[in-house]
Amino acid sequence: MSRFPLFAMAVLGLGLVFLYVPTLLVIATSFNESRLAGVWTGFSLRWYGELLNDRQFLNATANSLIVAGLSATAATALGTCAGLVLARHGRFRGRVLFLGLLATPLVLPEVIIGLSMLLVFVAAEQTLGWPAGRGIGTIVVAHATLAMTYIAYIVQARLTGLSRECEEAASDLGASPLRVLTAITLPMIAPAMGAGWLLAFVLSLDDLVIASFTSGPQSTTLPMVIFSAVRLGVSPKINALASVLVVMSAVCLGLAAWLQARRGGKVLPE
Amino acid sequence: MSPIDSPAVRRTTVWIPYLWLAVFALLPLILTLKISLAQMQLGVPPYTPLIGADEVGQKTWLGTLANYKLLAADSLYVSAYLNSVRIAAVSTLLALLLGYPMAYAIARAPQHWRVPLLMLVLLPFWTSFLIRVYAWVGLLRPTGLINSALLSMGFIDTPLRLINTEFAVYLGMVFCYLPYMLLPLYARLEKLDASLIEAALDLGATPVRAFWRITLPLSLPGIYAGCLLVFVPAVGEFVIPELLGGADVLMIGKVLWSEFFSNRDWPVSSAVASVLLVILVVPLLALQFYKTERAP
Repeated sequence: MSRFPLFAMAVLGLGLVFLYVPTLLVIATSFNESRLAGVWTGFSLRWYGELLNDRQFLNATANSLIVAGLSATAATALGTCAGLVLARHGRFRGRVLFLGLLATPLVLPEVIIGLSMLLVFVAAEQTLGWPAGRGIGTIVVAHATLAMTYIAYIVQARLTGLSRECEEAASDLGASPLRVLTAITLPMIAPAMGAGWLLAFVLSLDDLVIASFTSGPQSTTLPMVIFSAVRLGVSPKINALASVLVVMSAVCLGLAAWLQARRGGKVLPE
Repeated sequence: MSPIDSPAVRRTTVWIPYLWLAVFALLPLILTLKISLAQMQLGVPPYTPLIGADEVGQKTWLGTLANYKLLAADSLYVSAYLNSVRIAAVSTLLALLLGYPMAYAIARAPQHWRVPLLMLVLLPFWTSFLIRVYAWVGLLRPTGLINSALLSMGFIDTPLRLINTEFAVYLGMVFCYLPYMLLPLYARLEKLDASLIEAALDLGATPVRAFWRITLPLSLPGIYAGCLLVFVPAVGEFVIPELLGGADVLMIGKVLWSEFFSNRDWPVSSAVASVLLVILVVPLLALQFYKTERAP
């Protein structure tokens, strides 16, 4: 029995090295003064300084933060509703379709999601006149749809772990259903909603494919800038840019984990 | 009946997300199928309508299967689909071979280690996908860290060709999709009753036999779910073959991307996406099956 776990432990160790070392090397080389990746000439913040003077980078960062903030907020509202449906409603007509639709953004290849979303926006513009052109707004809608699934699963996990006693007590004492929802249920799932918001923010911040399909000429996001730069070759400036993105994601994730762990919840949906 | 099951609250919480999903998850797929029957044209929108009217106002059907005939006739598309399925399948297998021992080690670790270890494995999943692929570009290219290190140590005279190969694509796929594999495997292995294995060992089975006859069969649902979770997105993957595979590795995600962004042919892009969707329907339904079976 003991030989296999030993082997498994070794693979786990190697696997973790495999998962972390490449990204950590990018962060390390971003502080390298030299333009060449293989030669370490000294610690320097030079490449970060160059980023701050790069108007294209600053614009893209602003766009990314706006898109991420708005889409995370919309996704939290939608995902919380969907989570309530999953956890608290028994069977209802169309439940299977609901579950299937909710899971689609999670499993479909991104190119299909991106293209098909774009087609909806164009068709809506043709028939309804909205949205007038593509830009921040259309990326927000696409990202909100993608992230609401994750939030629904997190909220569902939270709700199934909670007893209904408080809700029932409030109801017995005469609170209206809406008041039970706002005064009891929502505060109880608030940490899950907060963690979900942060995960949605990270998802949006990182997305390249869906944003490329649904964006307009004025709404280049940070991953789009990185992608076109990487196609031209590796540069120390991209290393710095990548490190900024990794650190932003890590901070959000740390906060999300802390929010969830406070009451023994789970950070990631199973 | 729980108070928030009241009809008013219930209706609102169901209808808002339901409508949203109908408009932004179901309708997009229907539109993709529809536009795959149209033809490219210059103008806004860049595709022809499916129903037209002649001089006397008679409605006529203009839809055509020309795009699908093109996909079937051109060997570029056919081999892109076949390649994608093959590369995704090999990547899935590699992820399973690496992921199974990892998930097993976490599931057999002392109780208080499990959650931190699981977090450690899943954290990279939430840090930028694009950056993780880019990290491998920096490692694998001819002037990258691996080649520089090997050259300076004198193991090789000329840089190895690591990037723009299928090998690099496999590396990228396993690296990026490993967490998808680990999660369902861990969930299954953690619930596995250790006393079953002890019983087998007490009755004289070797550890290897106990693994093959008990652990592996009981973890099969986790294996299926993990494999499907890796396979489905890997078939349509764009970023990894684009940045690590280069021009030599043909995958359908890249084809779709260039049909759309370079050729600006929306109907052919839609047809490519529709066929991909059809290829993925069976694995997607199987995934849904294993997920609902696993749910309490």
